[in-house]
Amino acid sequence: MAFNYEQYLRPGKLPHIWCPGCGHGIVLKGLLRAMDACHLDKDRTAVVSGIGCASRLPGYVDFNTLHTAHGRAAAFATGIKLARPEMTVLVVGGDGDGVAIGGNHFIHACRRNIDMTYVLCNNYIYGMTGGQFSPCTPMGDKASTTPYGNPDPTFDIAKLAIGAGATFVARTTAFHATQIDKLIAEGIRHKGMSVIEVLDDCPTAFGRRNKFRSVVEMMKRFKETAVPAATAAKMSAEELQGKIVTGILHREERPEYCEQYQQVIDRARGA
Amino acid sequence: MSSPRLEIIERYCKGCSICVEFCPTHVLEMDGFLATVVRPEACIGCMQCELRCPDFAIKVYKE
Amino acid sequence: MAKKVALLQGNEASAYGALYAGCRFFGGYPITPSTEVAEVMAVELPKVGGKFIQMEDEIGAMASILGASLTGAKVLTASSGPGMSLKQELIGYACIAEIPCVIVNVMRGGPSTGMPTGPSQSDIMQARWGTHGDHPTIALVPASCQEIFTETVRAFNLAEIYRMPVQVLLDEINGHMRERIELPEPGELEVLDRAAPSVPPEQYLPFDPSVGDVPPLAAFGSGYRFHVTGLNKAPDGFPTTRAELVDAEERRQLRKIEAARDLIEKNEEYLLDDAEVAVIAFGTISRSARHAVNALREQGIKAGLFRPITLWPFPERRVAELAKQVKGMLVPEMNLGQLVLEVERVVKGACSVSSLTRVDGEPITPDQIMEQIREVC
Repeated sequence: MAFNYEQYLRPGKLPHIWCPGCGHGIVLKGLLRAMDACHLDKDRTAVVSGIGCASRLPGYVDFNTLHTAHGRAAAFATGIKLARPEMTVLVVGGDGDGVAIGGNHFIHACRRNIDMTYVLCNNYIYGMTGGQFSPCTPMGDKASTTPYGNPDPTFDIAKLAIGAGATFVARTTAFHATQIDKLIAEGIRHKGMSVIEVLDDCPTAFGRRNKFRSVVEMMKRFKETAVPAATAAKMSAEELQGKIVTGILHREERPEYCEQYQQVIDRARGA
Repeated sequence: MSSPRLEIIERYCKGCSICVEFCPTHVLEMDGFLATVVRPEACIGCMQCELRCPDFAIKVYKE
Repeated sequence: MAKKVALLQGNEASAYGALYAGCRFFGGYPITPSTEVAEVMAVELPKVGGKFIQMEDEIGAMASILGASLTGAKVLTASSGPGMSLKQELIGYACIAEIPCVIVNVMRGGPSTGMPTGPSQSDIMQARWGTHGDHPTIALVPASCQEIFTETVRAFNLAEIYRMPVQVLLDEINGHMRERIELPEPGELEVLDRAAPSVPPEQYLPFDPSVGDVPPLAAFGSGYRFHVTGLNKAPDGFPTTRAELVDAEERRQLRKIEAARDLIEKNEEYLLDDAEVAVIAFGTISRSARHAVNALREQGIKAGLFRPITLWPFPERRVAELAKQVKGMLVPEMNLGQLVLEVERVVKGACSVSSLTRVDGEPITPDQIMEQIREVC
């Protein structure tokens, strides 16, 4: 039966601003299904973003929503969560926002292991400003600011998050629609910093410049190159060249930041 | 059991054709920049179109 | 009953003032010469169930307090020099999204790394115009440690009532200077809280101009679900580019301060009644100026001191009136001439305006002020 997205969408806000075929809408729907599966209380849930196409997501959803400045979402979210640990805090944003201008806030939120769920839509490009390369644009690919091919190496966001200390890290793609909500729901249920990277398609600013004839072709590329983590574990580095490892990539239990700070309060009060 | 009912919210459809391409039974076709139901009887209710539509433009209702 | 007294640094006094005002969240980043504010908050906040966080950078510190403020907490950050340059981005966010917060800026020499351990008053135009775009500004400039305490309390009141960032400008001298402070009892100083919405959640508009120039701010988590953005927004909080809405919104934000000048402005006038020359000075340098005025009076020169305690909005009307009374004004300041520009703008040639500046890391002395006044008179 049709999923009732309307119960979580603010009335009158659709159609959204995203381009035809943009995967952000698919991520938004996955996010809402995940929030539904976790029975989140709208009043006690905050959805925070930075700047960019993906960061427009909070405007559509009926929660406490905060569209902050470029790159700052994780830091605003940290303030919300620490001030009100009883709230569920989600962050949504893109690759440029999250790991370029917001990279410092991102890694330190991971390091603190503060209980929030960061859904990072990685579409390899700055879409809103018209297609400049991001730290996730593959080497050699074209962007408006890499007209001769991108000379910059890329970030592996999942490895970055794991290295920085996030305790739940997962990856999927805009093609794997049902996996999006399952992984986000796992992330929400996980106590600590959860990072879910969704490899996303930007047909307008990335696809057209990089010889993708259609959004469907971009989706099929995700389908063909995705390898589940369990399968990837049995593959060699050569075999994994050009593949996208999907699923839960890392999960550990480690003290959560707000709980640690509660201990600070207890010590300060001499408990 | 009758076929599932498909609803296309035309105001939301941006014509990306994802639903058309991923429908396993070719229920949908593009009419210019609008997805349209052309073979409703072929729908098996797999929900692929609703699931993948980035624009909240398709709903699948099953009996 | 004997007053509780303490020997406090200015920086410490601002932290205790913040706690008195009900501050329960501090997000900061270490920087000289403001770090003691953070250090006191790290000790004291958890004792009252508040939260202290040292963020990864100055921008993150500013972001964390804005997030916390949206949950209803009274929030503080403190910084200096380059840290204040970094904070400008989100001071602008606090302005447009109308999020209450207090920022203590312990001014040091600049630009850039400048003179981290040297005093300065060179951030006053930054306080007014540092973030891009048009926006109102409230900045307070206390002079003594006692006043730093009480003015920090007032900064919180103004931030909460006018729903905007308020800056408290100290400098390396009064930030690090220790003085005896009488600690006010609870209830002795006025402590104000932000207005709560008077309508049920389904009717709430976070920027509703029909309820006044300062629409109430609901708290995240309180049952009022609303949207906050740094984009120009409509009364419902959602982005808009509609010309008439953007224009009305920007003008309302300036108006909320302009219309309340009488409630926000605060000055001290010392020996001005018959003054022929007025020294316009604030913060640390106002202390040199007071000393100079006293000494000049002993020498028969009718000098007086006009000391803004609220620097922004600038006390335009009162300074303009004063310009008609005195022959000349002297504006001593630890920068290369910033406040004097504002004084000249307001005085419009009604009296002579003389500038005395110093940026070598030493304060302007009473002797310097006296010497220049003798030259003017």
